[in-house]
Amino acid sequence: MPTFDEFAPIGALLILSVVMVALITIISRLFGPYRPSLRKTAPYESGMKPIGPAVRRFPVRFYLIAVLFILFDIEVVFMLPWAVVFRQLGLFALIEMVIFIAILLVGYFYAWRKGALEWE
Amino acid sequence: MEFNIHSIVFLIFSVITLGGGLGTVTSRNLIHGAVYLIVSLFGVAGLFILLSAPFLAAIQVLVYIGAIAILIIFAVMLTRSMTRMTEIYNRQWSLSLVVSALLFVLLLVGIILPVWGPGTANAALQPSELVATTVDLGVAFVDGNQFVLPFEVASLLLTAAMIGAIVIARDRD
Repeated sequence: MPTFDEFAPIGALLILSVVMVALITIISRLFGPYRPSLRKTAPYESGMKPIGPAVRRFPVRFYLIAVLFILFDIEVVFMLPWAVVFRQLGLFALIEMVIFIAILLVGYFYAWRKGALEWE
Repeated sequence: MEFNIHSIVFLIFSVITLGGGLGTVTSRNLIHGAVYLIVSLFGVAGLFILLSAPFLAAIQVLVYIGAIAILIIFAVMLTRSMTRMTEIYNRQWSLSLVVSALLFVLLLVGIILPVWGPGTANAALQPSELVATTVDLGVAFVDGNQFVLPFEVASLLLTAAMIGAIVIARDRD
């Protein structure tokens, strides 16, 4: 399997990183002094004091931004294989991609007109 | 079944995927569940590598872990009392049991029929011989005999999803 062999360095990197993190954590836990205090266990040890719990509801606007991000992300995913080969494919491929983007532009202009791209 | 490096790696990634999925459905804290889901999605990316689909593996990491997991974490943060859940909150568990059982059977049939069922024309072909590289995928997207229509329908689907998200999430228009 050629793909499997091509990804062998990434596999080696994964194994190495897991081993390194485990090793460093174990060594520091074994040999380092462990004396937690209130100040040390604060979220930002030498930063601002937390003024309240971070666990609270967020405005739905974040969700809209995340959804729009994913949609444009997937759009690029579809363009990427096309962009790799579009020089060999000629006019037909170009027209196809223009149609693809034109349909998406409808959604884009809808988002624009509705003000979904603005934060306010 | 022969026992080689591929089967060991398959075993590792299967354990990562299934373990992450198990953690997702059993954790009481929804944020922890989302992190388990990331682990599970990463395992699926590894399985894509084993299936000779490097493009899908990269997309799995970029889109699913990088974007959809973030969206799920956002969705968790939008909901009330996300960390104070102490008991299973599901009033329709009998109905969801039926739906998930049906879905499981459907997936099982969907896997068994194309691989071992009758009329498996591509059974002798390795998956990598159909669409081997990103170049093949790009050609398949624009080739009139292959995936032109699904490609264009995908953009329609994305537009519909965009409009739907805006309609649902806008508090006023």
